[in-house]
Amino acid sequence: MQHTSTQDTLVGLFVASGIIGLFFLAMQVSNLSSFSEGDGYTVTARFENSGGLKIKSPVSAAGVKIGKVSAINFDPKTYQSVVQMRINSKYNTLPDDTTASVFTAGLLGEQYVNLEPGGSDAYLKNGGKIEITQSAIILEKAIGQFLFKSAAEDKK
Amino acid sequence: MIKFLQYLGQSTRTSFTKLGRATYFLLQIISGILSVLARPRLLLKQMYSVGVLSFLIITVSGLFVGMVLSLQGYYTLSDFGAEESLGVMVAASLVRELGPVVSALLFAGRAGSALTAEIGLMKATEQLSGMEMMAVDPIKRIITPRFLAGLLSMPLLAALFSAVGIIGGQIIASGLLGVDEGAFWGQMQAGIDFRDDIINGVIKSVVFGFITSWIALFEGYDAIPTSEGVSRATTRTVVNSAFSILGLDFILTALMFGDH
Repeated sequence: MQHTSTQDTLVGLFVASGIIGLFFLAMQVSNLSSFSEGDGYTVTARFENSGGLKIKSPVSAAGVKIGKVSAINFDPKTYQSVVQMRINSKYNTLPDDTTASVFTAGLLGEQYVNLEPGGSDAYLKNGGKIEITQSAIILEKAIGQFLFKSAAEDKK
Repeated sequence: MIKFLQYLGQSTRTSFTKLGRATYFLLQIISGILSVLARPRLLLKQMYSVGVLSFLIITVSGLFVGMVLSLQGYYTLSDFGAEESLGVMVAASLVRELGPVVSALLFAGRAGSALTAEIGLMKATEQLSGMEMMAVDPIKRIITPRFLAGLLSMPLLAALFSAVGIIGGQIIASGLLGVDEGAFWGQMQAGIDFRDDIINGVIKSVVFGFITSWIALFEGYDAIPTSEGVSRATTRTVVNSAFSILGLDFILTALMFGDH
């Protein structure tokens, strides 16, 4: 009987440590603790060009991650990119004249949506729309414009 | 030429009958699950020999794998000045691939081979027939508890492997290589998704636990009841498990992570 009870204890320890391992992975390693899908509200923004933005790209304000992109669709009527963002419900005081722009983290880093709060007293609600947007800067386009411009200056 | 065709036909036939027997064996195992759950002591005993005894090898290997990943990843990432991404690299490769796969390979070597040898020897010494004589179903009494123990232990072991590996990687990264600890964990949390990475890793390890236990038990049960037969069955267990784990891993990765 002594023997089986030590065995029980060891099996219990094993199972407990396995569960602790899983819990550690869920809480410490993944983003489960910092941002859960459940509490949050959705806002949409229309961009002329959303560039390399992807689903799950971060949405940040003043450099702090406050949400993520949940869907990107093409509107066939206005030919715009409709970006849906899910923002943590902790940050529910964004003014409704907030500006959304697609920025790139570093020179070649991933793209993210930056929210620049405006001065309005009304706040963005679930299903709200961000009216003022700034498209992604396409590097190829910018280089093309630069080259074209410098070529034109050379001719003068 | 005729000889060759004959050989080909024969080997096809034997492999198909073996597959059929293995499937029938699996159905028998599954039909015995309820009667095992009614007697959890049998399961507990097997959890000890399958899970607890594999604990040490899994944690120690996990620690070293994590440390090597960290060290090796650092040399490549520091060329691009991206040492902060070390955390996400170590965690993603452990949680998605190395955790489930390496722990399943170790599990096949440590627990699978022992299961095959045990069952094969029981068969060779006619303990299984003896049980049948006493109207005890050897599948329900011997095989199913071991199968369930393997199925339950594998995800726990894989989670431990990944967790210990990440801690090992962190120790090397911030202790030896001087990577900022906050950046290490922060980048990791930003880059690893609970549903996409961790749950998929757990699903993988359940599949590997299933396939490894099945192969090990079937090879033991199907072994030629001589000492040579048992030794061959044990070899086949390790080889076939390794093949199936690596092959299935490719398929599962393509299914889970293929679309993004």
